[in-house]
This record gives sequence, C-alpha cells and structure tokens, in this order.
Amino acid sequence: MKNICFCFQMHVPYRLKRYRFFDIGHDHYYYDDMQTEEYLNWLVETSYMPLCRTIQDMIKLSKGKFHCALAVSGTVLELFEQFNPEMIDVLKELADSKCVEFLAVPHAYALAGEFNENEMIDQLEKQGALIQEQFGQKPVSVWNTELLYSDEIAFHLQKAGYKTILTEGAKHVLSWKSPNYLYLSAASPKVKLLMRNTGLSDELSFHFSDPGWYNFPLDAEKYANMLAGLPEGEDIINIWLGAETFGVRQNAGTGIFDFLRALPYYAMERSIGFVTPAEAVKKLPATEVISVPYALTWAGEAKDMSIYAGNDLQQEAINKLYAVAERVRLCSDKRLKNDWLKLQDINYLHYMNHIDQGATQFESAYDAFINYMNILADFLQLVEEQYPTTIENEELNELLKTINNQEKEIQKLNKELAAAKKKKEK
Amino acid sequence: MKALMFGWEFPPHILGGLGTASYGLTRGMAQQEDMEITFVIPKPWGDEDQSFLKIIGANSIPVVWKDSNYDYVRQRMEGRMSPEEYYHYRDGIRYNYRRIGTDDLGCINFSGRYPDNLVEEIGNYEAVASVLAHSLDFDIIHSHDWLTYPAGVFAKHISGKPLVIHVHATDFDRSRGNVNPTVYAIERRGMDEADHIMCVSELTRRTVIEKYGQNPDKVSTVHNAVEPLPNPDEFVKHERKDKVVTFLGRITMQKGPEYFVEAAARVLEKTDGVRFVMAGSGDMMNKMIDLVAQRGIADRFHFPGFMRGKQVQEMLAESDVYIMPSVSEPFGISPLEAMQVGCPSIISHQSGCAEILQHAIKTDYWDIDAMADAIYAIVKYPALYKSLHELGREEVNNIRWYDAGIKVRKIYDRVIANR
Repeated sequence: MKNICFCFQMHVPYRLKRYRFFDIGHDHYYYDDMQTEEYLNWLVETSYMPLCRTIQDMIKLSKGKFHCALAVSGTVLELFEQFNPEMIDVLKELADSKCVEFLAVPHAYALAGEFNENEMIDQLEKQGALIQEQFGQKPVSVWNTELLYSDEIAFHLQKAGYKTILTEGAKHVLSWKSPNYLYLSAASPKVKLLMRNTGLSDELSFHFSDPGWYNFPLDAEKYANMLAGLPEGEDIINIWLGAETFGVRQNAGTGIFDFLRALPYYAMERSIGFVTPAEAVKKLPATEVISVPYALTWAGEAKDMSIYAGNDLQQEAINKLYAVAERVRLCSDKRLKNDWLKLQDINYLHYMNHIDQGATQFESAYDAFINYMNILADFLQLVEEQYPTTIENEELNELLKTINNQEKEIQKLNKELAAAKKKKEK
Repeated sequence: MKALMFGWEFPPHILGGLGTASYGLTRGMAQQEDMEITFVIPKPWGDEDQSFLKIIGANSIPVVWKDSNYDYVRQRMEGRMSPEEYYHYRDGIRYNYRRIGTDDLGCINFSGRYPDNLVEEIGNYEAVASVLAHSLDFDIIHSHDWLTYPAGVFAKHISGKPLVIHVHATDFDRSRGNVNPTVYAIERRGMDEADHIMCVSELTRRTVIEKYGQNPDKVSTVHNAVEPLPNPDEFVKHERKDKVVTFLGRITMQKGPEYFVEAAARVLEKTDGVRFVMAGSGDMMNKMIDLVAQRGIADRFHFPGFMRGKQVQEMLAESDVYIMPSVSEPFGISPLEAMQVGCPSIISHQSGCAEILQHAIKTDYWDIDAMADAIYAIVKYPALYKSLHELGREEVNNIRWYDAGIKVRKIYDRVIANR
C-alpha cells in the first residue's frame, strides 16, 4: 500500500536592525522587532494560518485518516508566542488531533550540524523541550536545518538517540534508486532515512501555477493518479514543503488550498494512505544503505551548502561565529546565549548570497554582510569580555569546573572539618 | 555603415570622461567589420590613435574660401591632410562665414578645451559641420554631448541624414538643478531635433525624458563600458601600515566631496590606521581643506592634487577603497577603472554606473553613515575586501565596449530603417 508522507516546515528569522559600526560596543540589541512582527504576522495571515486550517479540514474530512508532520523551529515558536499566540493555539489543536507529528528541528534553524555537532544536538534538545512543553509530544524524527545531512551528522544524531532522519532525495546521492523507499544510514544501521521526493514536491512548490508546465493545470485527482501510478513497492512518497509554498509562493488565488483539501479524498479512493515519518519507520521495511559523505541539503540546484556557505563572505561569517562556539557553550549568561542562538539563523547567511538572497531586507549581499559583521563584532566583544581569548578553551573549562565545583568542595571540606572536630572532642 | 561623429575630446589629450567614453565606444564599434567612423574634434594634437577610425580636426577644415596655391597648402597642412583633401573640403563651402575670424587658409583656430567663449566656439564648430556635411558621404550623424549637438543638427538639415545624439551628461547633473538657460536651450534643441537619443544610464534617460520633455520611445540607454587594461598585473598593491581610502575626480559640487570628508570623520572617530586621499582639483578644493581642518582630521587626510594617466591607476591600485559619492553622475567610469585594478568601490545610488555594477557597495550620496559603515567594513573585514577585489574585477572585465557598440549599431539600423 502506498503512503504519502506530508511535511510542512515553518521558520521565520528575527529581522536584524540596521547596525552601523559606531554602534559596536554601545548597542547590544540587534533586532528590529517591528519588522519581525510585521513580517511574521503577514506570513501567518497569508500562509501559516490558512495552511493549518486546511490541515484541520483535511483531518476532519478524512475522518482522521490524514496524517502529516510539521517541522517548526524553536525560533518561530518563540515568535508565535510573542507576536501571534493564536498560532500556538492552532498548533495545539493539531497536536491534540493525534494526526500530526512534530519533528525535531534545530532551535535556531542553524547550520550547526556542519560546523559544531554539539551545538546541533543542543539545539535539537532545546526545541524538543519546547515542543514537549507546548504540545505534549516528544519529537523523535529529525528535520535538520534545510534537510542538512551527511553520514557524520547521522553518526552524531544516532549517538544522541535519534533514529529517524529526514533528508533530500537528491539525484547525486540516490542515482538510479527511488526516493520512495525507506533507507538505512551508512553511519549506523539503526538510523532510518526518509528521502524527499524532489520532483513531486516541486510539482507543488514551483510548478503548481505555471501555465507553461506540462502538468498544468494540476488538480488533486491528477496528482493522486501520478502517485498511484508509481511502480509497485514504492510505498512512501515524501512530499515535504516549506509552509510558505501555500499562500506565498503559490498564492491562495491559485487554488492551492483547495487542491490540498481535496487530496485526501482522491488519494484514499486509490487506496493511498497517509503517514508521518515516525509511523513510516514502524510500518515499512528498510533495506538498502545510503552513503552521503558530503553535506546534502534541499537547497538550490546543487542540493548542497553552496547557497549558504558558498562564497567568501558567508565563509568568513561562519568561521567568525563558530570560532567562539565552545566559549559560549561554557558560559551561563542568558542574554549572550540567546543572541548566540539567534545569530546562527541560516537566513542571515542566505542574505549574503550574491545571486539569490531569499526574503532579504538588505539591498545586496554586501550590505547584509556589513550589517551582520558589525553585529557579530559587538557580540564577539561581549564574549571576549566574559572569557578573554588569552585563555585556551581547555584551560577555561578547567577553571569553570573548579568554580562550579567549589561549592561542593566547600561542603565536603566543612563536613571533614566537622568530623575532625568531633573526633577531637572525643 | 558610415558614421559621421562629432565629439569634443579624444585621448590622449582629455579633460574629462567624455574623451575616454568617445574612444572606448568608437573602438568597440570599429570591431564591427562594416563600420566606418569619421570622428570630428575641434583640435587634434596629432598623436591620437587613428588605427580604427579617421579623425578630422575642425581646425583644418576651411570655412572661408581662400585662394591658396598647391605648394603653400601642402606646406601648411603638412602631416594633417593632403592638398587634394583640403580642396575637396573647400568645395564644400556654401555659406558666408567671413564674420568668423579665420587664418590664411580659411580655417578656424579652436581651443579644443572649455574656454570662456565656449558658446562662440560651439557656433564655429557648427560652421565646420556645414562644410563637412556638404563634402562627406555618410549614412548617419552621431553627436557626443551638448557641445556638438548644434553641429549635428546643422549637418542633419544639410544632408537629410538621420541624427542620433549621445547624452554623456546633462546640465542638471553639472549644476545640481540650477541649469544655465543657454546650455539648456542648446541641449533641448539638440534633443528635439534628434531622431534618437542615447543616454549613458537609465538615470540620465529619466532626466532627458522628464526634464527635457522627450518622448520615451525616442530615448534609449547605452551604458558605458571600460577598456581592458593591457597589463593589469603591472599595478600592484604594496603592503603598508595604514589603509588608504581614495576619492579621485574633480573636486566640485557634482562629485559630493563634502560627504566623503564627513564620512571620513565618522570612520576616524572609531578607528585609526586609515588614511584618506582626495585626489584631483576643482573649485571646492579650498573649501574641503577647510572642512578637513574643522573636523580635526587633517593629519589623516591628504590632497595630492590633479593626477593623470598612469598615476591614476597606480593610485587606485594602492588604495583599499575607492569612493565616489557623486550627487549626480550620469555614468561615472572611474569606479570601473578602480575595480579593474582590484580596488573595491563605494558608489552613490545617484551614479549611472550603479545600474550595472553588482560587486560594488552602493549608498545614497547623502547617507554618510552608510558610507562610513562601508568604508569601515572593507577596511576591517578581510573577506569583504577579498570578495569585492576579486568579483569586482571579474565583473568589470565582462563589461565590454564591443557590446555597447552593438547596441549603438542596432539603434543606427532602426533609425535608418524608420526614415
């Protein structure tokens, strides 16, 4: 029996404010809350909210047969709480329906997986705790930032206890193989891989309203037929999309929401079911091993890191940022830790791309880089004030350990002292 | 295709960007095989590169009929033209220009510069154009900048051939809006009479449409380009302690020098190890020296004066940043020259070249905060310098005069076909 595995991904970055070099050392707040709020509300209104409502309809119409997963970053959850709590309520309703799986996503939607695996795990746990607290679910399947994946990342995730990973079904990895099977990771046979069906996902995100595309006009029946027509044995079809596909990339006028609403009926008519990644792993066998030596993502044509870490500007920003990763992890200053998370947002790197800058508010890649580096300079200065670079990381670690342990040490010594006194009295 | 072009400057003896652009464009166009260009300038020096076009000096064209014998003409025109050519032009005299002061061969003595009696010189140039229009064979007339519009218009009336004019600048750019009525009238008449108007940027095109009331269909943009350097590696950047930020150009209102000084003051508030250079001369130079002193940054601000030729490239190659905060720049070729030698550029949005450059930093001319920020970033963040240095150079090397020439040629073809 064929199954569709739908995943919808949501993330919104904090908008950075215009930060000039003369602000370095004076101004330690880096965000433009007005812009963030405005953008978030616009996105919720045109895309996220109608999408969630549509999912609710789909669940209702299919009598609970429709299942899907949501990849919601910690950042966007925080923003919902702050600016648009209604979204949290809707997500809670979805969670209560038991038809929706919440995926583990790095809290700040960062590329940490490639540059600092401890940071990646920390962020997954942070977001996981938030999901647990809000929606009463513990995420088990990992949607790494932009589906970033490699054997090494799988190894670290497996060590941290994650056994299901989602990634891109890129041609250069799969070659002749089909993405419509469950696979095993080369890092560990315990880790199961789901591969995104690029073609069928793009059908919706890029081609849905393109009159020049050969499948135009695409309706739910046609789409269900396409899925039903896949070869025997290809039992999991992973249709994973950025949530903004619905309402922004394909605006409501294209009929994308109606398409979605109608899909469960036509799918079930052809006895196609719906699963979430966690259900798929339980239900379906995995046989073949997929090896991914180099970073794989769902971005661009190359399906690698080039959009985010391809040019000198991006490399420099990444190097400067992750150089202090260990120091920030050691520290306990809440604000510093908070900024550290926010500054890792992948969007800031995207803005520095010369060709495609995504939803940037900056005029050019250079403009984005200058602004970001000024902010980073201020942030690094704060880190430096806490922990001077003259001290090596390991030495620092030791010192911190000593400081943190001194309480225990004092207690222990007190005890000994008391014991000694007692002895003496005797 | 034979084009008769009227220009005012031609390298190596140039006073501004017009000469450079004229040279580049004609050279790019000459690569089209069937293109024959005759380029008229008021006063050639004799050392112009004539390998790809024919240069005619307006000061060698008789406008008043003088009876001179063959040997005398040969002796006087030595190195400029043959007596036969002289007599050919002399046969083209149809009007009485005895009111103009001429020499014993009936030629006018042009200064070829921008003298005080510029308007008179423009009129005299028009007289020469009439003679040329009567004696030469051509398909199209092409006038470069307002000084040559009257000549082009007159040639058009005489020959009936189409006229295209090339707007390298308008008086609105030069004067920050306070236009000289005489200049405006000359410009306006040239545009009204032209069959097609080519502008060096979209910015200029809009000015031509809005301020000179031209029909948008008649106005196109042909962006300038830059001649590739024969030996780009000749210019090297020496290691030095201080970073160098350079402004290079006429120190006049149009170029926005005061914004550079203010931005420099901002940068120096926060950091040292940066030096600022304002190369060039102009009517605002003394004012700028005063301003630098007032801001208390004179120890870090230098005025080396006017530079020419190779000095310019050497200066640019040694700089860490080139800045052009022009208030209104029709095109602005110098950032391209800076990028050619690998110097990162900061340009104003009010410069035409901003339309075609991606790997340069753009700010508004009045936004000294943004300008200071950009300077600081290039100086402090090596990755930014490296990107602008490498990608900028690559980008500029792909902006070719040949392509601009093809655009001009298409306009020629269209104008001729529409007649």
